[in-house]
Amino acid sequence: MSIKPLAMRDVLLDRIWKAMAEDQKIFFASADFGSPVLDKIRADFPDRFVNVGIAEQNLINISAGLALEGYTVFAYAIAPFITMRCYEQIRVSLALLSEVRPMNVNLIGVGAGYSYVVSGPTHQCYEDITLMRALPNFRVLSPSDHVSAGALFDRCVSTKGPKYLRFDAQVLPVVYENGAPDLDVGFHIHSTGKDVCLIATGYMLHTALNVAESLTAAGHSVGIIDLFDISNFAADQLQAVLSSYAGIVTLEEGFRGRGGVDAMLFEFIARRGLSARMLNIGVEGGYRFELGSREELHEQVGIGPQSVLHSVTTFVQSLSD
Amino acid sequence: MNISPIDLREKAHWVWKETLAVHRRAPETRLASSLSSIEIFVALYYGGVLRFDPAQPLAEHRDRCVISKGHGSICMYPILADLGYFPLDELQRVCQTGSFLGGIPDPVIPGYETVNGSLGHGVGVATGMALGLKCKGSDRSVFVVSGDGELHEGANWEAIMFASQHKLDNLHLIIDDNRISMLGYTDDIVSHGSLSARLSAFGWDCLEVDGHDVTAVQAALLKMKENCTGKPKALIARTLKGHGVPGLENAPLSHIMNPKPELIDSLLEQNT
Repeated sequence: MSIKPLAMRDVLLDRIWKAMAEDQKIFFASADFGSPVLDKIRADFPDRFVNVGIAEQNLINISAGLALEGYTVFAYAIAPFITMRCYEQIRVSLALLSEVRPMNVNLIGVGAGYSYVVSGPTHQCYEDITLMRALPNFRVLSPSDHVSAGALFDRCVSTKGPKYLRFDAQVLPVVYENGAPDLDVGFHIHSTGKDVCLIATGYMLHTALNVAESLTAAGHSVGIIDLFDISNFAADQLQAVLSSYAGIVTLEEGFRGRGGVDAMLFEFIARRGLSARMLNIGVEGGYRFELGSREELHEQVGIGPQSVLHSVTTFVQSLSD
Repeated sequence: MNISPIDLREKAHWVWKETLAVHRRAPETRLASSLSSIEIFVALYYGGVLRFDPAQPLAEHRDRCVISKGHGSICMYPILADLGYFPLDELQRVCQTGSFLGGIPDPVIPGYETVNGSLGHGVGVATGMALGLKCKGSDRSVFVVSGDGELHEGANWEAIMFASQHKLDNLHLIIDDNRISMLGYTDDIVSHGSLSARLSAFGWDCLEVDGHDVTAVQAALLKMKENCTGKPKALIARTLKGHGVPGLENAPLSHIMNPKPELIDSLLEQNT
C-alpha cells in the first residue's frame, strides 16, 4: 500500500507535538512562520512555544539562550531567512558556543531550492548548503521526502549540537515507502549500477530517479544515492560504494560551483583517491526573476529533467571515449 | 557577601590597578572600555547582587551574568581570579601562548557564559536564558552588561522588544553608557538620545546611576533585582571611557588608544 505524500514540516512538527507531551525539555520557537500542525503545538504547549516575530536574529539568540538552560530547541522559519539573515548569530551563539557548552538547537528551514516557486529569489534558497556546511559543529540534513524528514526527529533529540534541517516547502512523492533510511549511514542507495552514480540531495533525488529511468532505457547502468546527511555520512561506506563507478554525478538544488554538495564530493573523491570523473549538476548562473513552474525554472538553470538527462547522457558517453 | 562601602570602593580601586597592570603586560587588550565598566562588575560580584559559585561556574543555582561587551571587560580578569575562578597567577599570562585569557574574552574562561566580543549578541542570548529560567520555574536572575555603542546592533532591539512582550522581569540589562564607540562619541555617530526614554518606550523599567559610584551602582542593582513587576529592567550607568587615566579619559578615540607604559607605571606607583 502506498503512503500518502505529506509535507516534510508537518510530519516533523507532528512528531515534535507528540513528544512535547512527554518531554518537558522540548521548546519550539518560530519566526512568525506557521503550519496547521504548528497550531496544535501553539494551542497545547503555550508555555514552550514562542513566536519571536519576524526577527530571525533574535530567533537564534533566544534559541541559544534556551538551549543553554537545558532545552532541546526547534527553531522554525523560512530557509533563506533562518540561515542568511542571522548567519553571524548562528556562527557565534550556536556553532562557536557549542564548542564549549552543550547545546541542542535544531534549525528547521522550510523552502529549500526553488520550492517557493513563484516567490522569487528572496524566498528561494540556493546558498544554504554551502553556508551551513562551512560551520564546524553543525550538522546539515537534507531529506528528500516526508518519511526521511520525520525520522530526523529522533536524531534531533538524541544528538546534541546545532543542526540545520533543509526542508522542501512542497509535498514531494514518497521515496521511502518501506521505512526511513538508516540515519547513521547518512545516505541511502536506491539502486546500484555500473556506469555512473547519481548522488542527489533533497528534491533533486526525484529528478535523479526520473532521469535514471530514461538512462536505463537507453542502455546505461545507473546507480542512485540519496545523500541526506551532508555533514556526517559514513565516509568509508560511501567510498566503497563509489569506488566501482567510473563516473559520479552530483545533483543539488543550489548554485553550482559555489561550495555545495559538488565541492564536498570533489574534495571527498580527491581525499579518498578515487579515480571516478565527476559531473556537477547545480543551478547555473546567478539570480533570476522569470516565473514558471518549478520544472520550467529548473530547466532554465540546467537542473530540470531534460537538462539533466542531456548532461548525464553526454557525460556517460564521454566516459567510454 | 557582606561588604562595607569602604571595602567596595577599595575593591574597585584594586580592580582598576590590576586592569592597568594587565594592560601594561598585554597592550593588545582594550583598556579604555574596560575602565568604564569596573564599578559595574565590582558591584555585581562583590556587592551581593549576583549569586555565584567559583567552584562550579555553571552551577544551576547561579545567577547568569552575560558579558556582552567583550573587549571592554578585561577588568573581569582580576575579579574572576580574585574570586577564585582561576589562579591569580594567570593574570601574568594574558594574551600569551597557552593562556585562556585573551585580548577578547572567550567562553573557555571560567565565569564567562557566552561568546562575546562580536558585539550585540549578549542581550539576545541573555533574553533566551531569562525565558528558559522562567519556563522551568527557576527564581534565578539574568544580568547582561552591554556597552552603549553595541546597542547600535539591531538584534539588541529585537530582544528588547521581546523581553517586555514576555514580561521577563528576571532580566537585567546594565548599560555601560560611556558614550564613546571606536571612532568617536556615539552622539556624533548615531545618537541614542536618552537610553532611559528609549527603553521605557519599549516597556522596560529604567534606572540611571553614576556608573563610577560603586555603592550607588550596588544600591541600584539590588533595588532592580528585588523589584519584579512584570517588566525587564535596565540600569543606565553613566561612565567615562578610560576612567582615571589622564589623556585617555573621555577621549573620543580612547577605544584604540594605549597609554604609554611610563604613564601606567607612574599611575600604579601613585596608587600603591
